[in-house]
Amino acid sequence: MSDQAPKSDEPLDDDPQDDAKQHIHIDPYEKNWIRISIGFLVFFVIMITIAGLALGIQVPTDEGRVDPNTLDTALPWSEPGLREIVPGEEYEVYIVARRFSFDPREITVPVGSKVTFWATSADVQHGFALDGTNVNMMVIPGQVSRLAATFDEPGEYNFICHEYCGLGHAVMYGTLTVEK
Amino acid sequence: MIENQTKQPVRELTSSEKWFVGWHVIFAVAALSIGIQYGPMQALEHAGLDLYPKLSFLASSYYQGLTLHGVLNALIWTTFFITGFLTLVVIRGLERPLKYPWLNRIGFWMMVVGLVVAAVPILAGKATVLYTFYPPMEASAWFYIGLVLVVVGSWIEGYGMYFTFYSWRKENPGTRSPFVVFASLVTMVMWQIATLGIAAEILAIILPSVFGWTSGTDPQLSRTLFWYTGHPLVYFWVLPAYLSWYAMLPKQTGGKMFSDSLARLSFWLFLVLSVPLGFHHQFADPGVPAGWKFIHALLTFSVAFPSMMTLFTVVASLEYGAKKRGGKGLIGWMKALPWSDPSVLWQLLAGLLFIFGGIGGIVNASYNVNLALHNTSWIPGHFHLTVASAATMTFVAISFWMVPYLTGKPLWKPKLAVIGGWTYFTGMLIFSNAMHVVGLLGAPRRTPLGLAPYIPEEWAGHLWRVGFGGTIMWIGLMIFIVVVAVTALQRKRLPENELVEVPLAESLHDLQSTPAWLDRWRPWLIASVVIIILSYGPQLYEQITQVQLTSPGFTP
Repeated sequence: MSDQAPKSDEPLDDDPQDDAKQHIHIDPYEKNWIRISIGFLVFFVIMITIAGLALGIQVPTDEGRVDPNTLDTALPWSEPGLREIVPGEEYEVYIVARRFSFDPREITVPVGSKVTFWATSADVQHGFALDGTNVNMMVIPGQVSRLAATFDEPGEYNFICHEYCGLGHAVMYGTLTVEK
Repeated sequence: MIENQTKQPVRELTSSEKWFVGWHVIFAVAALSIGIQYGPMQALEHAGLDLYPKLSFLASSYYQGLTLHGVLNALIWTTFFITGFLTLVVIRGLERPLKYPWLNRIGFWMMVVGLVVAAVPILAGKATVLYTFYPPMEASAWFYIGLVLVVVGSWIEGYGMYFTFYSWRKENPGTRSPFVVFASLVTMVMWQIATLGIAAEILAIILPSVFGWTSGTDPQLSRTLFWYTGHPLVYFWVLPAYLSWYAMLPKQTGGKMFSDSLARLSFWLFLVLSVPLGFHHQFADPGVPAGWKFIHALLTFSVAFPSMMTLFTVVASLEYGAKKRGGKGLIGWMKALPWSDPSVLWQLLAGLLFIFGGIGGIVNASYNVNLALHNTSWIPGHFHLTVASAATMTFVAISFWMVPYLTGKPLWKPKLAVIGGWTYFTGMLIFSNAMHVVGLLGAPRRTPLGLAPYIPEEWAGHLWRVGFGGTIMWIGLMIFIVVVAVTALQRKRLPENELVEVPLAESLHDLQSTPAWLDRWRPWLIASVVIIILSYGPQLYEQITQVQLTSPGFTP
């Protein structure tokens, strides 16, 4: 590459008055690198779009708001826990995050079921990440979080609070059991 | 023109200007030397060795130590070093004194007062809120007031630089501004646009709630405002390092700046694109529509582009210099680089680590891929490759010529400084790799994992490497602190004919061949504001008009 460099020592158009003539000198190697860079980035955009649209891997989106001071008195948050939508197939679970535990802490669903997780916080910001799935979301007072996952493997899956919520943060977790 | 410049004696910094810059470095290094003490404590805690009960005079909890580690290293060390370094660059680059030195002094001492005002409540355990201080978790009001003073002080120092540049511009209307000065100003302007978010968060939402004027905060809106600042903060750390890689490192390695035009273009792109992409830190947030997150993912990809240009230009400049020094071959020229110069070495290693940091950054920005790593230890693994490698290692490298330049004293034990560089690099490779891997396995960030009841057996080996690598990193930076402190405090002085110079590389092309449109501010500033309004305006409008101050504060 530097074999080229001495050549480019020649001054280019040197008239600062005439802006129209003022082009950037770009080394041919650099032009190729710019093409490669743009190519990479376009490729990545295509891949995340396919993952989002064709594979349905979506991030949390706006689900409306809730007053964190009314969680004890208003449904659905006053009765957190599992709701059976289609037995053996489809479930919803409402989870309230409080320093330093989730309510409920233990959830059990049959294998093969699709579970939608709804969550909000009664106090500070928390996180909710479920082992081995794409369920990973912030749990923020005043906001409703929702993500879903399908469980084809029986076993125990921990859900962990991943946002610092106070001195007891490290012990805040719960377990989802998928039964045969 | 170049011949003319070499004949005239360069205007170096005066003694009082050197002291002014020097005070920045003193506070920066002091903050770093305290902040890094908590690093190995956190890392060893992950490995199962809990030092907190034994070293309780350092921190009463893991989180208090983590708050100190984040605030002192990521906010104080960086901001103080950057404002000092850029002040030196502006004065030396324009070869003229600051227009209003008193203005810069006010800015600097405001930062010092802010540092003290924020540090006291953290040390007293009244602000254990980490450096993101997400409401409704609440710290002492003094913590926020201190942070505001640090930020406003840095703005004022920036204003001082603009006035100085403006009076130079009036006297030199047709001349291209020196690249290093241009890059310094872009960094400060970007910082001032970016920190509006955090200023609004603290002044309009947090402090009114802490004082009891409102019934609470809106945590989602606070996060949106915080991350409006939070990501460009990363570029505030990295752009001064880019300045050094583009325009100083070539001089230190015997080369020239490969392309002044492309360097300027990439800085303009950073000005325009650094701010409008904060939602990529909020992919997992409930209160931001997915569509806006996707738009910010695309904008984040676009800001990766000037970084990739930087990679090319910097490597090309290095190759040019190395081949002039007799280096040969497709890869072999690298051997001809002056690896034994500690300032060069720390920057080369910083650049190497930053390649991994950049790749990880693209992964983070990738919208749904982010679900696999959001708030896991992957994230601190990643930003230790950016702020703690690209930025910090470059600032260390700059110190190795800047402290001798400011004091007129020789660098103490350069060989030890080289060993320090390799030590820190080795520790970082082990630490950051382990943090990335265990993050993908599901380990949460900001958590004392030694206390956590949910740790599976398969994490153990990686957590051990976190502790091992973190300790080695600490040794590397302690070597830097000792070297730079002894350099400044020793009695030995450099003889008059061996004084250290500010390394400023010449451009391979005549500077006036840089197109004039790359030296005009207005169009780029307008573009910057327009893109921010388009990318943030609608969501900010919606979140502000629907604000609900319903979250009362909680102490940690």
